[in-house]
Formats: sequence, structure tokens, C-alpha cells
Amino acid sequence: MRWKLPFSPWHLLLMPLALIFVLPLVQMLLTSFMSSAEINQFPPKLIPTSLHLEGYRHLFAETPALRWFANTVLVSGIAVISHLALCSMAGYGFARLKFAGRGLAFVLILATVMIPIQLLMIPTYLMFARIGIVDTLAAAYVPWLASAFGIFLMRQFFLGLPAELEEAALIDGAGPWRTFRSIVLPLAKPALTTLAIITLLWSWNDLLWPLVAISDDHTFTLQVGLANFQGMRRTEWSQLMAGNVLATMPLILAFLFAQRKFIATMTFTGIKG
Amino acid sequence: MALTFAVPRSSAAVKKPRGRAVRRNLTGWAFAGPATLIVIGLSIFPAVWAFFISRAKWNGIAPATEVGWRNYRLLLQDPDMIAATKHTLLLTALFVPGSIGLGMVIAIALNQKIRLIGFYRTCIFVPYVASAAATGILAGFVFNPQFGVANDLLRNLGLPQQQFLENPHQAIYIICLIALWGEVGFTTVIYLAALQDIPRDLIEAARMDGASKWRVFRHVTLPELRPVTVFAAIWQTITAMQLFDLIYTTTRGGPLNSTQTIVYYIYELAFQTQRLGYGAAAAYLLFLVTLLLSLLVIWYSRRRGSEVF
Repeated sequence: MRWKLPFSPWHLLLMPLALIFVLPLVQMLLTSFMSSAEINQFPPKLIPTSLHLEGYRHLFAETPALRWFANTVLVSGIAVISHLALCSMAGYGFARLKFAGRGLAFVLILATVMIPIQLLMIPTYLMFARIGIVDTLAAAYVPWLASAFGIFLMRQFFLGLPAELEEAALIDGAGPWRTFRSIVLPLAKPALTTLAIITLLWSWNDLLWPLVAISDDHTFTLQVGLANFQGMRRTEWSQLMAGNVLATMPLILAFLFAQRKFIATMTFTGIKG
Repeated sequence: MALTFAVPRSSAAVKKPRGRAVRRNLTGWAFAGPATLIVIGLSIFPAVWAFFISRAKWNGIAPATEVGWRNYRLLLQDPDMIAATKHTLLLTALFVPGSIGLGMVIAIALNQKIRLIGFYRTCIFVPYVASAAATGILAGFVFNPQFGVANDLLRNLGLPQQQFLENPHQAIYIICLIALWGEVGFTTVIYLAALQDIPRDLIEAARMDGASKWRVFRHVTLPELRPVTVFAAIWQTITAMQLFDLIYTTTRGGPLNSTQTIVYYIYELAFQTQRLGYGAAAAYLLFLVTLLLSLLVIWYSRRRGSEVF
């Protein structure tokens, strides 16, 4: 007779995997509440003896981390709002309106998807230097005002909507703006949610571009601030982990609360992206 | 509706007043213009400019001197560029199959109807939303040779202690591992969606015909997943080729340049040593290599009979 596990064998694969994926983040959170003495021990301790706040205190005392946090919130906020407004308008334009140059403009937009950021960063930096926005927050958010991906996502969504509702509105005498605002946009909520989540994820986590465009440490975003802070001085792990908590927890909490929407967004990126 | 919008072009015989066409164009551009201007202005225009920069010797301050293809010729013999290309390709060769294989296996496991599945799913997807920069800093802690958890684990297993990111022979593999930890959630999610799209009767019919579980997987499930695999291969190739954040926050290209990738090299050339022309040329080479690799994946998948692109 075959010996049988009292539970599905899949647990033997999933349980260790789940721990590998989540434990480092748990350790990050716990370490941010440890004292330096506790951290610099071998074998490492996983649970702090009591809630030490020195990591956070030192972080806020020695770096403008709160400022970085506010900068990140501002850049991501502008990125999301602008994406929602401009990409939904453009998506609607390309899906439903007829105008001279529409085909060419859309092909050009699609072609830009292949161009890597590394190719663009040198001329974009020079361009921003010339108009005088290097080292300001504008340099960080201007490239995030709209994206080819966002336009494409919204256009695909609008193409899939039945046109009858809009036609009825137009026959009733509503102009294209009113039709868009009061008929089309309310129907586009799922696509707008996807767009908002993906823009938030990408803009919040961006490192390379703000690193290039900003060198004044009061204008850093969190990712840039932490990455540079880590390289600058002897590493105090409790401070770094406190900074990491600040940089990751907002998105992790958002993910935990809206897991379904996040997963739908990731799936969408995979299928339509 | 037909009055304002969908007037077919063939009916041009019916004379339209010119004002209406002008207004239609204005409305269209009012909708599409702002986003179009930003996207094209911040990509097509700089990409063309980058090409001119790549054919010049320029530090950004002194006037640029046009040098033709010299930067490209020098790059092809530059030992640093050759090493960076090798590191990038090694990383890609490990990361792409790794994230596809792992993603597929985890997705199949997560597609089972067992207890705790929601908990597993949450745990496995969470790292994907953490930034690569934070992940790199965290990895520096976990893999710290003196008091990191990784060495503690090895010690408990009775294995020798390692230097990890500080060892030039190990660093790139550790970085690949960290990248997989952070990115595998993405391939998992898209495989999971694809698995859930496979019609149940397809699999049940095969099982009824007496096919073993493995044969069902090999001949029913796997072919259904092929379009996703092609997409994932391209997407992850681009991800691996452009890996920067993790390297910046772990090794900064070291030790002994062993983790210097093309993207990191471009960053150093352009923004640390101010060799803008040379850096732009390296960026164009990166663009070409990425494009070629993507085309290779598409060509390979076409040959295997998949019609996704």
C-alpha cells in the first residue's frame, strides 16, 4: 500500500516558496525596529527584543527622508492624474474620432515602445538642462505625464466598447467633450483603475531617470535618496531598513488591500502589453 | 452620429463644408494632441538627437566634434564594453529561462484548489510591488557576509560561508537570483491567467481518453501556454537587458567590474565620466542588441508554429 500525505503534496512546494518570497520583507520590517547592537550579531536575530525606533529617528535626523517621501508622493500623484486625464483623452481620440494625421501619430506612438530609456536619457537630460528644469521635481515628473502604453491601453478599451451609447448621446446633441465626460469615462472605470495602478507602480519605483535628472539631495525621490544614502556612508542597517520600509510599505499595503485589482493589472500588462 | 463622425471617405462627392472638417480635426487633436506631443516629444525627438550625439565626441560643455562612426568602432574593441556585454548576456541567459520556468511551475501550483492558496498567492506576488532599489538594499543585508541571514542558513546546513555579492565569481549569480525574486511574480501572474483560460473540458476530455497527467500537461496545457511564453520571453529579455536599479543598489558594477552591465556602463560613461557621445553610441548598440534578441525570440516561436506576432 502506498503511504499517503495527509495534505496535498503541492504544499511541499508552495509553503517553502511562499516563505522565501515573504520572509525577507518581514525581516526588513523587523530589522527597522532593531537597535544597531542587535543587528550586528551573528547568528542574526530575527525578532527585535523591544520596539527600537532609533533607525527611524536617525533616518529622519540625518537625511531629508520625509522630504523625499513627499517628493515621491508628488511625482507619483502627478504621474497618475496626468496619465488618467491625457491617456484616456488620447485613447478616445484614437479609437473614435477621425482627424488628419491620426494614423501616422498612432504608428509613431507605437514605435516609441521599442526605444529603451537608456537611449533617451542623455538627450532628455540635455533638453531639460536647456529649459532649466534639471534638478527640479518637474524633471522627475514630466516624462511621466503620458505614455505610449497608457494611450494604447485606453484605446484598446474604447475600441471594445459598443458605440451605440455615444451615438445616442451625439444624436441628442451632446458634443464630443460632453459625450466623453459623461458617457464614456464612467464606463471606463476598470481600464482607468488598471492605468492608475500601473502608473503608480512604475513611477513610484523608478530609479534610473530621477537619479540622472536630480542631484540636489532635497529634490531626490525616495528611491534615489535611499540608493545614494546607502552608498555615501558606513551603513547603519536599521536606518536603511527604515528607509526601505518607507519606500515599499505604501505600495505593499495598497497591494494587500486591493490585491484583486493589482493582479488584474499585472495580468493586463502581460496580455495587452 | 453619421453627421459628425463616420462619414465614409467615398462619399466625398457629397460636398462637405470646409469648416466642419477643420472643426473635426481640431476636436480630434484636442483629444489626442497633448499625450501625443509628450510621448513623441520625449522619445522620437530625443532618439534622433541621440543618434547625432553618438557620432560626436562631446563632454556636454565644450563644443562637440563630429567623429563619424568612430565611437561605434571603438566600442566594438573596448574591453569594458565587451565585458559588460558578456555580463548582460549571461544575466539574460539565466534570468529569462529562470523566470519563465519558475513562473510556470508556481502558476501551476497556485492553480490547484487546495487550502491556504490565497495566502500563498499573496506571499509570492508581494515582492513584485517592492521597488528594485529597495530590493537591492535589502539583498545587501540578507547576503551580508558577516551577519546576513544567507550565511547563517549555510552555517546551519553545515555548508561553508560565502562572500556572495563581494565575490567577483558569485556576485552576478546572486544578482540574478535577487532579480528573479523580485520579478517572478509577473510571469506567474500571466501564466496563472493563461491556465485559467484553458477550457476545462479540453483537459477532462484528454483525461477521459486515458492520458496520464503528464501527457495532458505536455500535449494539452503546454501548447495552450505557448503565446504567453513568447510574450514573457520578450518582456523578460528586455527586463534583463535593462537591469540597472538592482546593480546600482548592490554592487555598483563591482567587485572588479564583474557585474558591470551595458546599462550600467552607459550610465557611467554619460553621467560619471561625461563621455556623452561614447555613451550614446553604447546606448544605440544596446537598443540594437535588444531588438535583435526580441526578433530572435519571435523568429524561434514562429518556427515552432506559434502565431502570436
